[in-house]
Amino acid sequence: MGKQMSLLSLRDLKVDFETRKGTVNAVRGVSLEVGKGEIVGIVGESGSGKSVTSYALMRLLDKGGTISGGDLAYGGIDLKSAKESTMRDLRGREISMIFQNPRAALNPIRKVGHQIEDVLRRHAKATRANARAEAIKALKAVRINDAENRYEAYPFELSGGMCQRIVIAIALACDPKLLIADEPTTGLDITTQKAVMDLIADLIVERGMSAMVITHDLGLAAQYCSRIVVMKDGEVVEAGSARKLFSSPEHPYTQKLVDATPRAGVSVRELLLPELRTPMPLTQIVETPLLEVRDLYKTYKGKSGPVHAVNGLSFAIKKGQSVGLVGESGCGKSTTSSMLVRLLDSTKGEILFKGEDLAAIPAKQFARDPRRASIQMVFQDATDSFNPRHTARQIIGEPLARLSPLNRSARKARIDELADLVGLPVALLDRFPHQLSGGQKARVGIARAIALEPEFLVLDEPTAALDVSIQAIVLNLLVDLRAKLGISYLFVSHDLNVVRLLCDEVIVMKAGEIVESGPAEQIMSSPDHPYTRTLLEAAPHPPVLSSQAAKAAE
Amino acid sequence: MSGRLATVGYRIAHAIPVILGVVVVSFLLTRALPGDPAVYFAGPAADEASIAQIRTALGLDKSLPEQFFVYAGDVLSGDLGQSISTGQPVLSDLANRLPASLELTLTALLLSCAIAIPLGVLAATRPGTTVDHLCRVLVTAGVSLPTFFTGVVLIYVFYYLLGIAPSPLGRLDFIYIEPDHVTGFYLIDAAIAGDWETWIGAVKQLILPAITLALFTLAPLARMTRAAMLSALSSDYIRTARAAGLTENKVLFTYAFRNALLPVITTLGMVFSFTLGANVLVEKVFAWPGIGSYAVEALVVSDYAAVQGFVLAMALLFVALNLIIDIAYTLIDPRIGFETR
Repeated sequence: MGKQMSLLSLRDLKVDFETRKGTVNAVRGVSLEVGKGEIVGIVGESGSGKSVTSYALMRLLDKGGTISGGDLAYGGIDLKSAKESTMRDLRGREISMIFQNPRAALNPIRKVGHQIEDVLRRHAKATRANARAEAIKALKAVRINDAENRYEAYPFELSGGMCQRIVIAIALACDPKLLIADEPTTGLDITTQKAVMDLIADLIVERGMSAMVITHDLGLAAQYCSRIVVMKDGEVVEAGSARKLFSSPEHPYTQKLVDATPRAGVSVRELLLPELRTPMPLTQIVETPLLEVRDLYKTYKGKSGPVHAVNGLSFAIKKGQSVGLVGESGCGKSTTSSMLVRLLDSTKGEILFKGEDLAAIPAKQFARDPRRASIQMVFQDATDSFNPRHTARQIIGEPLARLSPLNRSARKARIDELADLVGLPVALLDRFPHQLSGGQKARVGIARAIALEPEFLVLDEPTAALDVSIQAIVLNLLVDLRAKLGISYLFVSHDLNVVRLLCDEVIVMKAGEIVESGPAEQIMSSPDHPYTRTLLEAAPHPPVLSSQAAKAAE
Repeated sequence: MSGRLATVGYRIAHAIPVILGVVVVSFLLTRALPGDPAVYFAGPAADEASIAQIRTALGLDKSLPEQFFVYAGDVLSGDLGQSISTGQPVLSDLANRLPASLELTLTALLLSCAIAIPLGVLAATRPGTTVDHLCRVLVTAGVSLPTFFTGVVLIYVFYYLLGIAPSPLGRLDFIYIEPDHVTGFYLIDAAIAGDWETWIGAVKQLILPAITLALFTLAPLARMTRAAMLSALSSDYIRTARAAGLTENKVLFTYAFRNALLPVITTLGMVFSFTLGANVLVEKVFAWPGIGSYAVEALVVSDYAAVQGFVLAMALLFVALNLIIDIAYTLIDPRIGFETR
């Protein structure tokens, strides 16, 4: 890079938030540079101050947030002391931002075309007369097909990936020189994630922009960024090229993040810190199937004819086995898992649980069936699946109170035992969900699901909302519980790298049908179906992964 | 756009069974009221035979279904019966009194919106400042003072002490001549006739009761506007709009306010309904010849036809109101047409 002048420079940036509990130092002296044409990744877990840093330089901090020290310079302009009107001229024209949760980031009751026009007109890139044409041009620039019709669409009519393209179109409409992407692909499917990131990367090169990509996913950052800054607790702990960070991380925290990133060729234990790597427990798989699905269908009435959400599924899960169900959103994997846990009636087909057909029992009546206790589920979003007015103890105790014969004191003992089993400190049992961290909530969710000693557990993306280091711990917990309790798992996810760590077998679904199934290792290493290959390729490929690749790099 | 039109048509079609239900309910409700109109009609000196005679004359000796069909047929032909207490056809009573109530309520609501919505927006954009506190004080005062009390206080101050307001005796001072009946709204009728003197006279009479009602309805509207604006302003799309450098006015009005309008309109509909029903007290205090006081008087003397007519008129009004609100909603929020399709 040599003597390139930096476009953006942060020196010793400090950001404070005034809260009811006093001042919180969210960013504590961050220094970083973004050169012209450079893509810098900022990686860190929740609470690391990575997003706050970007909001500070846009001067869009939430109420109570102030820049309390340091310097912020963009191309010779002092962003810290610039007038608000100057900042408004810069935003969107010089520095743009794209956000996570694209659907919420768009005005729900305004046509997307008009939202693009607003920006164009604001920065005098279009007049009333040519705004429409310019907006359509901006839509075409983000590779939206049929841009003329999409111009008229409202955000709720578009898919998540399409909404993110619109957000990108808004951000890039006025040809900014710096793009800040704040978790641009969180919540999107893995294939959509790849499409969106590739698009961003292409546009950056095409227009000679600089970019700052903020993400919790080290693998993603490593694939798309030339330089990575790792943040923790409001400070930069390490900065350097992506290659170097992966091959020889200097800071223990970076090492921990690198280790915790699910990737090809490592076992679930290797995600943990070295001192926590206990030997893998032995799991026993009995050959007789515990659950057998035969020719399962689910058809919904749609606006234009029936929608076949699940179209003739057949598979079996053995006792003690862990099976992964993989596919993009809309492939029918959630519908399948809902039918298996008997929360949803199937249209046709059999669900044999220990030889008895559960599909014959209506989902509404299954809550009173004695087998309800044997089939349980861990939900994706722990926060949303808890009653916010219940303490962790009440949450875990709920299924016990309803479905087990235990009396009050026996229940209390069982809850303590469960908390111990999932590694939740007993002292936390009397807290409410909002007082628990993401990892602790995940543990409560798991404890509730295993409270009745189920034989079959459906895990619906249980770690999707967690930081990688917490994900590593929760995945290992699940491995241990499976070995200890002999539960069979159906692990539903869109991320093959995570599924592989936990599952013996993998089923790949697309459009309600199984396209491929088999042993996890085989599917990961030599997939037969092109769709499986697409999924595998879409997962981020950090430059240096396994140990032999590290050697090759030297 | 065709989807929205379809939604509007769908909503209108939906109103028809509601109206049919209302006719049935208004009929049954009045039959369930205690008191025998035949006895009332016959007077205190009547004997059994004359009461029975009057009962036959009123058609009250027939079975309920028969009575209903007679009633339904009358309603269809626009005959709501004769009021016992006023001696006038109910329809003409309603035609005189409903516009009086509507004029008062609508003026009060316009006034209330004109104050409450800007106040709510200001309070939301400057939370914790003087404007916000002022908003809170006004809202608390408005909702905690009963309308008859504010009404009396306003009369005391502006009529008795200051002498600015005219005497609180109905819609128009006796020195003015009523404008020709076109809509029944004096302000509109006087304007059509070009009689501005009468118009000003009507405004003078209207202003105090309207302020009384407006103070009462201010609270829910201002609170809802403030809350809706606050939640809209903290949403992700506002952040996107700010990050794109849009001006504060654009962010505030095109982005936040239009989204905040949805709950405000719902509240407005509810406020309108309960004001129309609850302004009896204001009508009494200001001797306003409205529909509320008419209904109360009719109810006291078991005036079947008048009560029935009142219930029916109110129900139709609410159906129309809900329809208007639904349509307004559909026009603002594109997501609604989508859901029903």
